[in-house]
Amino acid sequence: MSKLIDEVKDSRRKYDVGSWIVPIIAVLTAMLVASVLMLIQGLDPMLAYKSLFTTAFGSSEGIAATLGKATPLVLSGLAVTLGLRAGLFNIGVQGQLLTGALASAWAGYALSNLPPLVHIALALAFGFFFGALVGAIAGYLKAFRGVHEVITTIMLNSIVMGIVDYLASNPFKEADQALTRTPQILDSVRLPMFGNFPSGFFLAAALAFLMWWILGFTTTGFRFNTVGRNRFAAWYAGISYKKTIFFAMLFSGGIAGLGGAVETLGITYRFEPAFNLGLGFDGITIALLGRVHPVGIIPGAILIGGMRAGAADMQFDAGVAPELVDLLLAMILFFVTAPLISRFFKNSANRSLTGGWGN
Amino acid sequence: MSALLEITGVSKQYPGVLANDNISLSVSAGEVVALLGENGAGKSTLLKAVFGLVKPDSGEIKIGGEPIIFGDTAGIISRGVGMVHQHFQLVPVMTVAENIILGDEPKSGLFINMKAARAEIIALSTRYGLEVDPDAVIEDLPVGMQQRVEILKALRKDVKLLILDEPTAVLTPQEIDELLSVVRNLAKSGVGIVLITHKLHEVMAVADRVVVLRGGKLIGTTSPKETDEAGLAQMMVGRSVVLQVNRTEAKRGGVVLEVKGMQVRDDRKILSVKGVDLALHKGEILGIAGVEGNGQREFVEAICGMRHREAGEVIINGVATKNMDPHGAHEAGISHIPEDREKHGLVSSYSIADNLILNQFDQEPFAKGWIRNLAEISKNAIAMVAKFDIRTPSPSNTASSLSGGNKQKVVVARELSEDLPVLIAAQPTRGVDVGSIEFIHNQLLSARDRGAAVLLVSAELDEILSLSDRIAVMSGGKIVAIVDSKGADRNYIGRLMAGLDK
Amino acid sequence: MITLVKRRGSYYFLAVTLATLYLYSQSANITTSVFSIAVTFAMPLALAAMVGIMCERTGIVNIGIEGTLLLSSFVAFYVAIAAKSILIGFVAAMATGVAMSLLLALMSVTWKMDQIIAGTILNILATGLTSFFYIQGNMLPSMFKQKPIPGLSNLPFFGDVLFKHGLLMYLGFVVIITLYYGLFHTPWGLRTRSVGEHPSSADTAGVSVSRMRYVNVAVAGAIGGLCGSYLVLELVGSWNRGFTAGKGFTALALMIFGRWNPMGALAAAMFFGLAQAGANQLMINGTVNIPPQFVGILPYVMTIIVLAISAGKVRPPAAEGQPYEKGQS
Repeated sequence: MSKLIDEVKDSRRKYDVGSWIVPIIAVLTAMLVASVLMLIQGLDPMLAYKSLFTTAFGSSEGIAATLGKATPLVLSGLAVTLGLRAGLFNIGVQGQLLTGALASAWAGYALSNLPPLVHIALALAFGFFFGALVGAIAGYLKAFRGVHEVITTIMLNSIVMGIVDYLASNPFKEADQALTRTPQILDSVRLPMFGNFPSGFFLAAALAFLMWWILGFTTTGFRFNTVGRNRFAAWYAGISYKKTIFFAMLFSGGIAGLGGAVETLGITYRFEPAFNLGLGFDGITIALLGRVHPVGIIPGAILIGGMRAGAADMQFDAGVAPELVDLLLAMILFFVTAPLISRFFKNSANRSLTGGWGN
Repeated sequence: MSALLEITGVSKQYPGVLANDNISLSVSAGEVVALLGENGAGKSTLLKAVFGLVKPDSGEIKIGGEPIIFGDTAGIISRGVGMVHQHFQLVPVMTVAENIILGDEPKSGLFINMKAARAEIIALSTRYGLEVDPDAVIEDLPVGMQQRVEILKALRKDVKLLILDEPTAVLTPQEIDELLSVVRNLAKSGVGIVLITHKLHEVMAVADRVVVLRGGKLIGTTSPKETDEAGLAQMMVGRSVVLQVNRTEAKRGGVVLEVKGMQVRDDRKILSVKGVDLALHKGEILGIAGVEGNGQREFVEAICGMRHREAGEVIINGVATKNMDPHGAHEAGISHIPEDREKHGLVSSYSIADNLILNQFDQEPFAKGWIRNLAEISKNAIAMVAKFDIRTPSPSNTASSLSGGNKQKVVVARELSEDLPVLIAAQPTRGVDVGSIEFIHNQLLSARDRGAAVLLVSAELDEILSLSDRIAVMSGGKIVAIVDSKGADRNYIGRLMAGLDK
Repeated sequence: MITLVKRRGSYYFLAVTLATLYLYSQSANITTSVFSIAVTFAMPLALAAMVGIMCERTGIVNIGIEGTLLLSSFVAFYVAIAAKSILIGFVAAMATGVAMSLLLALMSVTWKMDQIIAGTILNILATGLTSFFYIQGNMLPSMFKQKPIPGLSNLPFFGDVLFKHGLLMYLGFVVIITLYYGLFHTPWGLRTRSVGEHPSSADTAGVSVSRMRYVNVAVAGAIGGLCGSYLVLELVGSWNRGFTAGKGFTALALMIFGRWNPMGALAAAMFFGLAQAGANQLMINGTVNIPPQFVGILPYVMTIIVLAISAGKVRPPAAEGQPYEKGQS
């Protein structure tokens, strides 16, 4: 009896090994197609990949750089994952991340005379709060006004882009500089390194495990999952759809904002609108590559972070444009979601994640 | 005369259900063939197959002597087959005219000739005495009028064979009479007609031949001249054996749930429960009988907090309740087996274990504060799976892996596990296999014997008759009579359901 | 409902006409130039909205319009350079648009994938392909030149605003008007709308749902190609990364504003074009000093406000986003 109970209990912890095959094949297929494109351009794909991966994973400096790049990607992927779990497609991670990045930069240079740890915590909190604010707008409109989150988050991305550009080129602009950017954050607010490795990454990974625990083992997680899978049954079971949707979007935005903050405090040390482009959309790929599992996204984020970290050397060694990484990401997303791979390995449970502009 | 429609040995297997089992039948010109059977007997599947909408696993379907090709709906229509679907195939936001001409539009040049379309529709509707306004928008029309549009849509294409799928389910008695006379006139003019229904008097009134389906099998062919309603019922139901439940005398206690003057609107905002009073006692099963669409669904949903009530009171154990959500109703002491188990009853991608505690997930012992107690959830699941005979290799399998009957047992197990004072069971055995039906029936009875007040709503009159201690008949949004089930006369209740005897 | 839209439309029209007349009486030249610039801003937005309307009216959500525009404008630019012919560039862009659309149709109709993710794939794919293959420092052999329409272009005001443009602009107007009449007055339009609203009705009436969806999405792609070509071969003349700058997303908003009606979306696009051209003019004059970023985000802010107010009142095609299963009515 007790053995059976353990078996039933464990099944939710066990992460199906079979489901790893699809992401791996997706990545390999994407790399294969990309090598064809490189051959067409007269380039050497083997050399390109070798250079890419040696740079990214071949040395401890490389790994440190990779983890640095992976940090905001983990958070961006987590933000998308949390939304998807509650049945929301948060395309607005990009905007939420930018807001968080700017807010934490401001907190990092404008506030002073604080103990370093307090200052770091405050700057991170700024990032979370402002990202959450942007997410909450979409959450409110979805939950209480019935406006589809995809359309609002797309619009909010553009709005945020305009606003941060304005702020970074006017009130928050670094004085006597041609570039649109804020002043540098204080040294004391920079995220420390653990030896060679950026502490932000460990923060992000810890958050991923925390989210895994919350989604799998708490009543809050049960609420999110239930609303995401069957909102009518959730209603029947006494779970408030509106409240859950609102908070899912708020936290999703907050995590995205934290992603921006970690980028600012750990890597860029200032805000510049052009810095963070694309991180939000990478999050979509990473979330789906990780099978919408909070911990499952970490390897995907490291892989993509590695590609981003090694892209410059790849251009130097093999003459391949660093934008190859964007192309790879696009194809990975395509192959990981395309049922033609999944059908081979799983009984196709292609549940629709979204559906029209209605609710 | 050669047959218009010839079906030979058609079988169709759905996961868990053999919807059609080697069915053969034929229809000739000018003939009205009634296809009689209960819900789930396989009537709709057979007719979808005729239309090329469902691909049979075996067998052959010929129209006018030529076999049909699956998916070639357009070709089948062009051979003179028209169908009036049970769920109207009308685009709600478009006009009557647009709906009727869809697929074969009168043109002038590149454009639709709306003038010609209107003229054609008016001519068509005068010819068959089915008056419609070509410019009215479908969603603004009452159901009976929408069906007229469906029929005109079919007739427009010069039909030789007209299939009517449960055409009277949603109609008023007057509308039904009109429809039946249309059917007779059409047959006189040489159209072959297939009428799918489970209403006996309609069959007796119009059919030349009656084909009875049960559980996917063709049970027999007869004609109104050779039999009567009772005989048809015998063929159609035929499962009096299955429905035989060992019901002991109810030990009725005091009133647990009292409903006073309840008024509820349906999805279209039309008042469909028009002032209902009802008292449900401890230790009894009160069955609500009625033709579907007479307010039963809305009535039950309003009690369970799934629908807002316009007026009236719901009193549980002497305490008047406000309009609630389903959770509030649950808290107030109502457990509810919902009519749509896939939508409201289950999260199909969740494990059976999680579904078994779906509405208790945040209560002791399944959660300690914020943290879910997975050991307790598993323990509960193992106990429930055994107690309710849920057939599954493991409670950690998803609910979607279960058959319909076992899914329903999960819902029943969850709702009965708490022993709340009131149990409301809406269509508890719809789409459920025979074995599970029997099990669920026994569970409802033992809930009663434990002292629960059970309200049973079912479209199956036999289910109501065999389980209930008292029967309330609902018609036109009102309870027209409450009778003791002991010695209740099936025909009398049938007439009450039809709104005849007041 | 329909009368309400019509009435609201005519109020809008009346207000714009009166305002225009007043401005025209104040300064004919400036008013005319603002309007003709507004038309060039509005046309790509309107065409992109047509892509959305074509898809959604048939039941397919397309959030990949941005990607379609980006890739087709990219192809238009480089093919025109390689073939030394803007006409060939234009044709190649249309083909690219169709190809992108067919990919969307494959994913959403045949594979029954989530349509929002399918659209996202188009966007990310276009970004990846264009940034990977982008080469700096190329020049178009020529551009589609202004070709005033004889007679009409001499009309006061309207001549300058509507009839002194290039070929692709005129083609754009033809497409929008054709789409409007096609959608509401032809058998094709009736079938398209029925497939988008209630596919099983169409199916039982002998209209093939998946064929309609494939064809319409493909035609929408061609319109996307026209839009991309217009941007690069007639309006701007050069291409850089992120060239379409979110026009495909704005188009979604215009489509909703215009209630999935080509004329409505055109009017909405015109309104946005005017707002932008007007703001530009005011800034050139130095009359007001609005940060350009705020002018830029105006359409998006308005979209959100309008959606928040009108939610529940705008009604998208009912079957949107749902794959169609035969035999499940």
